[in-house]
Amino acid sequence: MTEHAWIAIASIVMAGLTMAVGAIGAALGESRIASSAMDAVARQPEAQGPITRNQFVALAMVESTAIFCLVVALILLFANPFAR
Amino acid sequence: MNAQIFGERVIAHAGPIPITATMVTSAVVSLALVSVGAGLARAAALRPESGTASAARLAHGALEQVVVDASGTRDAAVAAIAAALFAFITGSAALGQLPGIRPPTASIAATSALAVVVFLAVPIVGVARRGLRAYLREYFRPNPIFAPLHLVSEISRTLALAVRLFGNMMSGHLVVALLVALAGLLVPVPLMALDLLIGVLQAYIFTILACVYLGAALGAGEST
Repeated sequence: MTEHAWIAIASIVMAGLTMAVGAIGAALGESRIASSAMDAVARQPEAQGPITRNQFVALAMVESTAIFCLVVALILLFANPFAR
Repeated sequence: MNAQIFGERVIAHAGPIPITATMVTSAVVSLALVSVGAGLARAAALRPESGTASAARLAHGALEQVVVDASGTRDAAVAAIAAALFAFITGSAALGQLPGIRPPTASIAATSALAVVVFLAVPIVGVARRGLRAYLREYFRPNPIFAPLHLVSEISRTLALAVRLFGNMMSGHLVVALLVALAGLLVPVPLMALDLLIGVLQAYIFTILACVYLGAALGAGEST
């Protein structure tokens, strides 16, 4: 096993792990947002418009944590500074 | 498949300056938006009864409502920056749906430039509207200990703006590219629709966040 192969193995494993762990947090957070928004709509159906709008904004902001993980994973795979 | 995620495709050279595909596509988006905006403005000024003028007024009213809701002030500079950001990001998401064209916002250089615009606009607008002393005093509130934290938050939120937009647009584009390579012609169409929805949503979020930062620099809603 050369040094290059070890770096490749570590990058691939860590890219998968980054996506897996990063997706857990975003999924839990987004599910909480969705359930709270559904609670609010069930309680106040006339406020569905603003609730849905704010829900989408909150979802997209929470999802950006998973997107950060995706960017890090892609850096590890395609633009790794140590794998030359 | 040669995935081009972080690099830029250089298509020409103007002397020592390389011209990348992102520069061309963002220039196309900007020119299209400027011409549409000029057409709408002329219609609103010359033919106030026409449908085009109504569309211009509706778009202006909707954008202004978003800006007022998010920033808490009715400020012409904030509204102009926010409307330009929203139009540019939406326009590049729409342009990215054309085959073979990478949206300019799927390049980390373009999104970093947009984030730097917001980063620079915050102190410029704050100093211009409130004066240097009142703006700088914000950094030492509620306690001088918070000054380094304010500085770090300015930098980290700029980074987050850039990476969030880049990651969303690039991942949508990458998923469509992978499906085209693996599955075939019409399979990625629903994902392209989702990509377009995410593009508009990210444009809205970028605009809202820019409005919130600019509104905070203007000291809106700080009567408490």
